[in-house]
Amino acid sequence: MDAELKELYQQVILDHNKNPRNFKKIENANHFAEGYNPLCGDRLNIYVELEGGRIKDISFQGSGCAISKASASLMSSIVKGLPVEEAERLFEKFQAVITGKITDEENIEELGKLAVFAGVKEFPSRVKCASLAWHTMIAAFKQEEKSVSTE
Amino acid sequence: MATEIINNNKRKSTGFDVNKIRADFPILKEIIHGKPLCYLDNAATTQKPQAVIDTIVKYYTSQNANIHRGVHYLSELATKEFEDARTKVKDFINASSEKEIIFTRGTTESINLVANVFNKAILKDGDEIIISAMEHHSNIVPWQLIQDQKKIKLRIIPIDDNGEIIFDEFIKLINEKTKLISIVYVSNSLGTINPVERIIEEAHRHNIPVLLDAAQAIQHIKIDVQILDCDFLAFSGHKIYGPTGIGVLYGKEKLLESLPPFLGGGDMISKVTFEKTTYNELPYKFEAGTSNIADTIGLGTAIDYVSQIGLEQISVHENEILDYATESLLQIPELKIIGQAKHKSSVISFIFDNIHPHDAGTFLDFEGIAIRTGHHCTQPVMDRFNIPATSRASFAMYNTKEEVDVLVKGIKKLIEVFN
Repeated sequence: MDAELKELYQQVILDHNKNPRNFKKIENANHFAEGYNPLCGDRLNIYVELEGGRIKDISFQGSGCAISKASASLMSSIVKGLPVEEAERLFEKFQAVITGKITDEENIEELGKLAVFAGVKEFPSRVKCASLAWHTMIAAFKQEEKSVSTE
Repeated sequence: MATEIINNNKRKSTGFDVNKIRADFPILKEIIHGKPLCYLDNAATTQKPQAVIDTIVKYYTSQNANIHRGVHYLSELATKEFEDARTKVKDFINASSEKEIIFTRGTTESINLVANVFNKAILKDGDEIIISAMEHHSNIVPWQLIQDQKKIKLRIIPIDDNGEIIFDEFIKLINEKTKLISIVYVSNSLGTINPVERIIEEAHRHNIPVLLDAAQAIQHIKIDVQILDCDFLAFSGHKIYGPTGIGVLYGKEKLLESLPPFLGGGDMISKVTFEKTTYNELPYKFEAGTSNIADTIGLGTAIDYVSQIGLEQISVHENEILDYATESLLQIPELKIIGQAKHKSSVISFIFDNIHPHDAGTFLDFEGIAIRTGHHCTQPVMDRFNIPATSRASFAMYNTKEEVDVLVKGIKKLIEVFN
């Protein structure tokens, strides 16, 4: 594979795409949102169980490309147990990295496992794939009723 | 099997030199991500031959002036070039007069023009328009815009699992409220060639006019509007090796005469006073404002280019490529072709069990292969097949079997990485 392409489709991403974590509907969810990417028609449901300002449990369902599926999978693994504010802060940083606003190694490393998405910045048309799950989760926190769009 | 096909094709292809044609398209020499460009996104737009590019350069270099009414040399020259292009279009589709050829920005504007003037002059509450389930959004939304003002009904001809319209259901939709049948000739996402002759015949038995969206047909199928007897025909220049931003609406003269103007402005009038304005004659009645002169002349050159090679020859070649590609792709067990109509144009939509079209599109791009991925502006088609999107390879006269092989090899690599 080409180096740039390898950077986009890292092994971790391919693995999460094949075996997505938290890919189910959680019964005790008290927050929910539906995400929609009009570019590709992908839909993503995010289920969250919040307890005392913390993400007690989170899961997702839907269809999407490897980037969006792996992003939802990794996001759900990482934010589980975090306070809502922490997850929101993480999203801001994640968004800055995938859009190329943050490029220094140190900052990217702070993202931990999420750093595998840094390669997305070279593919402007795929940024929305990586951010759909996050937008949808933030909407779920706010318990927005209507479907969330990346547009 | 593959060898047999190749041998057959060699016999059929005499006289058609794809390498000579390729040499006319400078962009085909481009290197993308280190690989030779394998351009298979022709249903989105076709590449331009050098002759078309030269025409546009020449126009702006030595012929540019505004057309009509100018008395100076350049204006007369530009007017002649512009009106020559109209004659070329007229001859290409065998319209009976230049009055029937209206220049627009593209298929979308052509359909919007008809929708707009039908709304003004003909449609009343309760009227119905028939379209099909495989329309591009550009033949859905213009009619829905009318629904914001009037209670008109859109009746949809359903399609079967192969992506063919169900003709019996179409017949059932026709009634005394039907004011227009607006249907796509060739589906951009399924490749289906619709039985437009039968549709027009049936419509005319009930005195209902028919608009054909020929955006995906004009570059593949020889169209004679007098034999077809369609009432309107819409197409875009950029899909037939011409520039973007120029399209055509053909309409039968009598019908166009009876309809009011679309846009108001310069060129479409014969006399203006503050009390009353009389409109210009056809086709200028429908061409308000300064036209897209350079691209119109460029379209004329594109039509010359296609005519020189011959649409019959082109379609024989494209069908060979389509058959070869279909055969080759069907050998890949993980791949499924969406749209298996008996009569198809050189468009193949496909999906994978576990690979999303966008991943396929990005991956193949790094092999130099340009395909389109997504819903192709036909979301109802995607819903019909219960899929979010497809990958689509679409072939033009300059594509080769070697390029199909590159695609197949790329797809096999893709499956290896993602499965």
